[in-house]
Amino acid sequence: MLDNLTLKLAKVVKNLRGQARLSEENIQEMLREVRMALLEADVALPVVKEFIARVKERAVGQEVIGSLTPGQALVGVVHRELTELMGGAKAELNLACQPPAIILMSGLQGAGKTTTTAKLGKWLKERQKKKVLVVSCDVYRPAAIEQLKTVAAQAGIDFFPSEVGQKPAEIAAAALDYAKRHFHDVLFVDTAGRLAIDEAMMAEIRELHAQLKPIETLFVVDAMLGQDAVNTAKAFNEALPLTGVILTKLDGDARGGAALSVRHVTGKPLKFAGVGEKLTGIEEFHPERMASRILGMGDILGLVEDAQRGVDQDKAQEFVKKMKSGKGFDLNDFKDQIGQMRQMGGMGALLEKMPAQFAQMAQQAGGQVEDKSIRRIEGIINSMTPQERTKPELLKASRKRRIATGAGVQVQEVNRLLNQFEQTQKMMKQFSKGGMAKMMRAAKGLMGGGMPGMPR
Amino acid sequence: MFGFLKKDQAPEGAVATPKPSWTERLKAGLSRTRATLNTPLGELFSRARIDDELLEELESTLLMADCGVEATQWLLDELRAKVKKERIESPAELRGALIDLLTQLLTPLEKPLVIDGQKPFIMMIAGVNGAGKTTSIGKLAKQFQDEGHGVLLAAGDTFRAAAREQLAEWGRRNDVTVIAQDGGDPAAVVFDAISAARARGIDIMMADTAGRLPTQLNLMEEIAKVRRVIQKAEPSGPHEVLLVLDANIGQNAIAQVKAFDKAIGVTGLVVTKLDGTAKGGVLAAIARQCPKPVRFIGVGEGIDDLQPFKAREFVEALFSA
Repeated sequence: MLDNLTLKLAKVVKNLRGQARLSEENIQEMLREVRMALLEADVALPVVKEFIARVKERAVGQEVIGSLTPGQALVGVVHRELTELMGGAKAELNLACQPPAIILMSGLQGAGKTTTTAKLGKWLKERQKKKVLVVSCDVYRPAAIEQLKTVAAQAGIDFFPSEVGQKPAEIAAAALDYAKRHFHDVLFVDTAGRLAIDEAMMAEIRELHAQLKPIETLFVVDAMLGQDAVNTAKAFNEALPLTGVILTKLDGDARGGAALSVRHVTGKPLKFAGVGEKLTGIEEFHPERMASRILGMGDILGLVEDAQRGVDQDKAQEFVKKMKSGKGFDLNDFKDQIGQMRQMGGMGALLEKMPAQFAQMAQQAGGQVEDKSIRRIEGIINSMTPQERTKPELLKASRKRRIATGAGVQVQEVNRLLNQFEQTQKMMKQFSKGGMAKMMRAAKGLMGGGMPGMPR
Repeated sequence: MFGFLKKDQAPEGAVATPKPSWTERLKAGLSRTRATLNTPLGELFSRARIDDELLEELESTLLMADCGVEATQWLLDELRAKVKKERIESPAELRGALIDLLTQLLTPLEKPLVIDGQKPFIMMIAGVNGAGKTTSIGKLAKQFQDEGHGVLLAAGDTFRAAAREQLAEWGRRNDVTVIAQDGGDPAAVVFDAISAARARGIDIMMADTAGRLPTQLNLMEEIAKVRRVIQKAEPSGPHEVLLVLDANIGQNAIAQVKAFDKAIGVTGLVVTKLDGTAKGGVLAAIARQCPKPVRFIGVGEGIDDLQPFKAREFVEALFSA
């Protein structure tokens, strides 16, 4: 994350400090950095060029507000522009037609069409109470139909069987007929992955489109896509009247510049984003978060979500119950919490999600050794007997010496751990008394001291 | 269009490849990359002299071929130095210099897969979702079989719906045994497959795995475990750990190579879907930032379209008209 745009810009503007306005001159060098950042995020070059021109126009003459440096001001402009570019009016699925509403899925091989079909089907079924039917027209890839059948069953939506020997057009017609007779609200037509330059295959999907006249034609695109995203999107957009785009595999660490390229070229709204392996992993598209991501500005919201995912809900419930029942917070809980933190990927992963300035600050404060020290803490706790863990007050000098030897550390470290633990315990007591506000205050103090405990 | 520039490249393919048609296919498959590299380059190289504008256009072109900022910068710096040192004046010579540079950059990646004494020779295949792992395995299995090796596949993708069936279908078409379990742990399937390979005197065992993104730490742990289990079943294995990369992917490819290398020690790459994309440039980025041997490249949907990587041939296919 050191290649972070904000940091780079900060470097550029070091000698510009004191200038209260973004001018033609001071902006030039900064824009080069913006350009690099966008290219590194895989935004296609023609799009980058146009975007930069636009930002320049907007940025020149901007007052540098309050304490902002010119660099921060520029990032602000860039961020705003990016968001605007990807956002526009809120894009929702259009199902307003005589049922069944047909949704045609298109995209390259391996973009995630089949998985997205099931995810979206489940989403419609659960959020909008629609009766959904899915059908696969992929008669080429081995077991593609089988895959849709399985995921449809998992998603709890209806599946219309098709066979490899059939023609996609026949399959679609039969499915449509079935959907009409069984009063389905929505029919998803999944298609085989195809390259935009494959004339025969593009003709096939065009025919399919002409035959079905779908109300939504969605283009499924991998967030990791590189420079070619522009060409692919252009070709699909020319061949098919697309109505929207779905970005998949957003849970990876690609910056997702493809989103911008695709949006720019097609002008079609980004409607959904696929995240994660599970069938619940689909969400409406957030332009602002995407903009932050492309710029490498850290994904605070993503961090919060990670935290929620990493925490074992059952365990958390149990923990809360335990607290409420007034039983003390012991070293076992302490260890659990450390474990949960590691599940979120440890300090390293957490730092990566933070905006660069914070990440660097944390690293300077010894963030990198943190992971190691957490493992040490675990080691120390593991060297205690169960009894000692539930009743830390038992720990006197000789026990401490034994534990230190067992964990391969100095006695001082055991003491330090016990100190930290006591502080956390104090905090927990306040929590159990219902003093949420008080706890937050206490937490503030503790976090400053490099406290690894993560109360929830 | 500028045929006078490519006198030296005709006999190349005949020497290097067993099937003459492969060069054709490679060229056909890479036509898009070539179009990207050539359209502007064609005009560029037909200019009267080398100037800053030309180099800047060249930079754009390389960037658009997914070479990435770092590799592009490096190529241009080297090219500038070369121009100065060798007194290159005509754009045509510059083109030759760029071909040489790219070849020089990519040659270290040219290390074909050698299947030696180990029996069974255990290969593990990993990659992100939708990279083309299972398809690549199918194609490789067919090739190995044609070369006279006994092949066995392990359906280690126990997660994605119908991944097992997809591999089984490949197996059925080519008459290759596929070891699969209903659900269960991928490591267990692979362990079983190794025992089966031994019992049947199989030459090559290929283990498929589920697609995963490097950010999914638990899944990366899981695949690391698959590797450990292979090692347990066969202390000398795995003999090859292939990472399948989709050539359409941009600079994230580097992050993928690094992350998978950290988890399972990647020994080779398979770059798929090079046809119909403007890409291939990502190989340059890989060569610069995390070089790993490129064992195979895929330039089409046909079963024979997955072939060993040859740097010179690759670069020339990019530039030939």
